[in-house]
Formats: sequence, structure tokens, C-alpha cells
Amino acid sequence: MRNGESIALKAIPNLEFPHFKTVLKDAVSTGNRILGLWAVPFDNEYSMFGAILYPSTQRVEILCSTVEKTYPSLTLDLPSLHWFERDLSERLGMIPQGHPWLKPVRFYQGEAGKVDFFRVNGEEVHEVAVGPVHAGVIEPGHFRFQCHGEKVYHLEIALGYQHRGVERALTGGPNERSIHYAETLAGDTTIGHATAYSLLVESLSGRKPSLQAEWIRAISLELERLANHIGDIGALSGDIGFLPTQSYCGRIRGDVLNVTALICGNRFGRNLVRPGGVRYNLERERLDTLRHRLREIENDTVSAVELFFETPTVRARLEGTGIVPTHIAIELGLVGVAARASGIPIDARKDLPWGYFLNQCPPVGIYPTGDCYGRAYVRWLEIQESFQFLHRITETIPEEISDKEPPPHFNDGIRTESFLSPESLGIGVTEGWRGEIFHVAATDSEGKFAWYRVFDPSFHNWFGLAYAMRGGEISDFPLCNKSFNLSYCGHDL
Amino acid sequence: MITTPLLSILKARAKQKYRTLQYPKGNPPPLSDRFLGKPLIASTPCPMDCLLCVSSCPIGAIQKKEFLHLDMGRCLFCGACVEACPNGTIRFSKDFQLATRDRESLVIRQREGSETLDKSIVGSTLWTNISRKFRRSFRLRQVSAGGCNACEADCNVLSTIAWDMGRFGIQFVASPRHADGILVTGPVTENMKVALEKTYQAVPSPKVVIAVGSCAISGGPYKDHPEQKNGVSSLIPVDLFIPGCPPHPLTILEGLLRFLDRI
Repeated sequence: MRNGESIALKAIPNLEFPHFKTVLKDAVSTGNRILGLWAVPFDNEYSMFGAILYPSTQRVEILCSTVEKTYPSLTLDLPSLHWFERDLSERLGMIPQGHPWLKPVRFYQGEAGKVDFFRVNGEEVHEVAVGPVHAGVIEPGHFRFQCHGEKVYHLEIALGYQHRGVERALTGGPNERSIHYAETLAGDTTIGHATAYSLLVESLSGRKPSLQAEWIRAISLELERLANHIGDIGALSGDIGFLPTQSYCGRIRGDVLNVTALICGNRFGRNLVRPGGVRYNLERERLDTLRHRLREIENDTVSAVELFFETPTVRARLEGTGIVPTHIAIELGLVGVAARASGIPIDARKDLPWGYFLNQCPPVGIYPTGDCYGRAYVRWLEIQESFQFLHRITETIPEEISDKEPPPHFNDGIRTESFLSPESLGIGVTEGWRGEIFHVAATDSEGKFAWYRVFDPSFHNWFGLAYAMRGGEISDFPLCNKSFNLSYCGHDL
Repeated sequence: MITTPLLSILKARAKQKYRTLQYPKGNPPPLSDRFLGKPLIASTPCPMDCLLCVSSCPIGAIQKKEFLHLDMGRCLFCGACVEACPNGTIRFSKDFQLATRDRESLVIRQREGSETLDKSIVGSTLWTNISRKFRRSFRLRQVSAGGCNACEADCNVLSTIAWDMGRFGIQFVASPRHADGILVTGPVTENMKVALEKTYQAVPSPKVVIAVGSCAISGGPYKDHPEQKNGVSSLIPVDLFIPGCPPHPLTILEGLLRFLDRI
């Protein structure tokens, strides 16, 4: 199936487990990747689903296998599934036999952090524990560094503090709250997640948004990417102690958010993307203001970020810090900026295009080093590409785009009407600024969500941060952390 | 070409100029014409059987008994009610001044007999003896207790040079022991309950608690989920409520400044 398409549940092939495993393994060994692995209880057994993305054909294949509570772990052959299997085990009590590191990922019972942490033993080995309340204004998570002197042997990350039951609450929807859950899965990725949710609902309803709506969604998604990448380079600069770029980028990020607010009134893009379309139009006059502001912002950004990359002390601090080599990044299944900085050219805008990205799509920026420099530099490449892309699509406007009416949407009808095909599975994939966002849901016989699963890019990438810290120093942590800048709430749901 | 970092830094500095806002001495920064600020309810009575706004609200922020009540502490500022109402009874103004000292003042009521729109909710001042003590130096520990990180992001913005909250002696500090109060975002998840209580206890008295965003005030979009506590008030007393989803940085700054009797 393509992005934003649905499939009848009956049409999903139900494979014997060994066959299921072979298909996944073969796909990964030939350069494809797994979008997600999840399971649904079914009588006394479980229906395990896997989604494989084939970039060469721009298609997703959904597989299913009926498994018992105890089954042989897939992680041993497919290390990128280790976090997914931890989730299965915590969520459903399934036992993936042979899983090397079976621990909760979200602590559904309200006892976050109560777990046996991995410990390094030995003379003068010590442990540094941080969080859940951090020194900065950031989300909660608990980190334990296993150190010898300044050297970090291992970083263990315990999350779940932000768990607020969103997937559970989406079950039985869509209803009037559903879009708000999507918009607040990760507040800094409002457009990314709201678009993925809308794609999914549209896939199950068979109704497509207008080109004009897709155009506005693409503009707002790239604005979201710009704001966050510029903010991240500023934050990295702050952690290096290079204050000029920190100051400028902190402000410029706000300028980009204000452009999003120009479109929809909200700096994070709330209330803009709705199933079936968007809620606000981008009229000619508004578009002129937007273009004008973008040019100014681009000027300021180039000055601030070029200063950052041409300063030798900045480069020296970033280069060689927190390396994730390409083969490890592939094994761990990293996505988004972190993957591209390790030389892996994946990007859902290219691999699984939707909406306006079917017409045109910015080129993928990659860097081979896998270090903090790479992750900063890939952001800079993407900032430049997003500016170019935005200039292109705001200056040559397709004829179909009208000035008069806001593109319609059908979100308001979701409350009262049943739109979705029953007994079907729909997907929505977008490339948020952190990476690939995957929403998948199935409907019951009434056309309501029987279950809903969200895979934020952070779900794939948290262990990448732990890996990047190995052999580094504690003082590298702020840099590594900012260079990944993962979402806690997007992970914890 | 060899460039010296110092010259580049000076060049960039000249290009970027001085950009700190003039507010509150000067005008507040311009807001989007689509910005949704304080909701207003016209006094014209609604048709008896009309419940369109009530049923359109994703979060149950609007109630109708004899008159309409809109609870800004729950409101997500999505504007669904405005779209639903056929009579234009509810509208959102551009007023960004939303903070209140007590929970009850966040409720906007439709009043009979008054022709003007209700603007009385904020009250004249937030000033009390407690906040006066912190007038020139106010240090806050931020606690993110669930939620989506948008409120945190807009609190962070206040520390950037554009807003420069430090001008007013307001600063986020790394430890509750160094703080005069805590600023809480998020609905308080079960997993953050203990951490929030411990952080609160670690702040020396007298201490201030500020709830920012509809999550921290009422649970926000997650209201009544068993995984969270419907806001900070369920655990500790709150001294200042700053509604919004998320509140605009201007709303947060204005609330803090009014709380400290600085404007």
C-alpha cells in the first residue's frame, strides 16, 4: 500500500511466525526498513503486525502473524526491534524469549524509574543519576551514567514520565478530541503528527484533501522543520558556550514560529491541519507577507549559522563527539536527522511521499560522520533545503489554488457521522523535523478505531543517544542530547 | 581565505542588531490577526434548545445552564465553538492578558442585561503581599509534568534575547533550592506525581506555584484520563493560573509581570 492508503484487515496476509520473521529479515537485509512492530490481543493469542517500508517502490507492506504469549524474540536477528519488543512485553505481557534486555519503556502503572538499572561494577566505578526533573526547562526523563572518572561506559535511559494515555484514548475514535490528541503527541511536531493522523483518517474514509490544502500542509511542515532545526543549532551553540549563535537562533526560531502563526494564529500550528483539509487559507496578501518574512529570516539565519560553522572552537567541540557509525545506526534502526547524519539517506518525503511532496520534494541532506557535527550539519543542510523548497512552492503557485475560500475539511463531521471503512487498517506517514512519524490504526465493524498506534521518531532513536555516549565524557552529554533532541512526550504517549 | 573568528562575530553582531522587545514600556509585539485570545460571550440570550457550542467543544469547557459558561482553564483555544455557533455569540478577542490569581476567575459567564461584552474576568491586579516580596528578583524552577512540551518551549522563549525575562529579575534556575517558586506545565501524570511533590517540598518558603497551560490547570486534552491528575491543584495549591494551549509567551510574561506588580 502507498502512504495514506488503507487495506481491509482480511486482506493482510497472516503468516506462520517463522515465515513472518524471514520476510522481515529479508526486507531489512536488502536495505528496506521496519516502520513498526506491534500486536493486538486476540482470544488467548496475539496478532502481531509488522510494517515494512520499501523505498524503491514507495510502498508499505503490512504483515501479520498469530503468536502465543511466549514466542522467540525477533531482536536477536533484528536488533532494531529491541525497543518494540520491550513495548510488547510491557503493554501486553508478551514474552519474547531470548530478548537480551527486557525492561519497561513507559511504566504504565505509574512507577516510572522503578526498574533494575544496568550497573557497571569495579573499583572507582561510579554512577551519576539525573532527572526526572532536569536543570533546564525540558521534559522529564531519568538518566543513569555508568562512569569511571569522566568516562561514560554506559548510559541508561528510563522514560515514561510523560505517559498520559493517548493511544488508549484514541481507541473508539475518531471523535472531537482525536485531532487534539494528534496535535499534542509532541507539541513541537504539531503539524507532523496532525498531518499523519489526518492522512490516516483520510485513508480510511477514502476522501482526499484538495491540492490547496496539501500545499498549505507542506508549507507549514517545512516551517515547523525550520523553526526546530534553527532552535536546535542555537541550543547546541549554547551548550558549547558559543553565545552569539545561541542568542540569534533563539530569536530566529521565534520569528519562524510567528510565520506559522501568520497562517493559523498559533505559533505551533495548532488548529491548522484537519482530516480532509486545513482550517485556514493562505490568501495572496498573506502569502506575500509570508514570502517577505521568509527572506528576512533566511538572511538572519545564514549570518547566525555560518558564524557557528566557521568558528574553529565550535567545530573542534562537535567533531568526533558522540559517534554513531553507519552500521550501528542501521542496526539500531535510527531515523530522521540522526540517521542521515550517519550517512543513511532515508527521508519519508522521498521514500513514502504524500500530499504535495508527491509533486516535488526537497533533496535529502546527509553527512557521513555520525557525530554531533554531522547531526548539526545535517540540520543546516535541511534548513537551506527547506528555505529553497518554501521559496519554490510559494513563488510558483499552482492554478488550482484559489484565493477565495479556505480549503474544506471534514473534521467537524467526525463527531456525528461515521466516515471510516469498517474492519480496515489505515496508515499515515510523515517526515517530521525529527524524522519519520508513523501512525497506524484499524477500525472495528462500526468504523471506529479498534486500536491506534503511534511511532514517533524518538521511539526509534532514544537508544541511539545511549549508544552515542559510550566512551564519551559526561560533559559530552548536553551536546549529544541536543544533537539528537528527542521527544519525551512523543515517546511516552 | 583566513577569517578571524572575532571579526566574524563582530560582523554578525552588527548584522543581527538589537532585537529585545520594548514591551512592557513600549507596545507589545504584533500578534497574528488569527490569534485567539480571551474568549468573549455576547449577552444576547441563546435559543433555549441550542447546545451547538457545548457539543462542539472537545474538552467540555463550555456549559449551559441558564446562561453560557466558558472555562478558560479548560479551553484549548481551538475555536470550534465559534465555528459551531450560528449566532456569533462566542468570539475570541485579541486580548492576550489571561492570567488570574484564582481558578474561579478563569470562568467567563454570559450575563443578562448588559450590552457590553464581559471583560471583568482578569480583575484589576494580581498583587498581594507575597508577590510583592519577589518584585525585583523572582527565581523559578520549571517542572514539566506530562503534556506535550509546547508550554515548556514557550517558557524557554522568555529566556531568549527577544523576550529577555532577565530584564525583570525573573529567571529559571537549575535547582528548587535556589527558587522562589515552581512553574508547572503538564497535567501531572501518575509518573510525575512524586517528582512534582518532591520538587515543591524542596523550595524554601514562602513559595509560589504557577500553573501554565490548560493541562496544568485542568488536565487539558487529557482531562479525566486515569494516567494523570487533572492538573496541579489536585496536589498543591496554585497561586497563579496562566491559561492557553499553549499560552503565548506574551501571555506568560504579562501574567508574571502583573503577578509581581511590575505592570
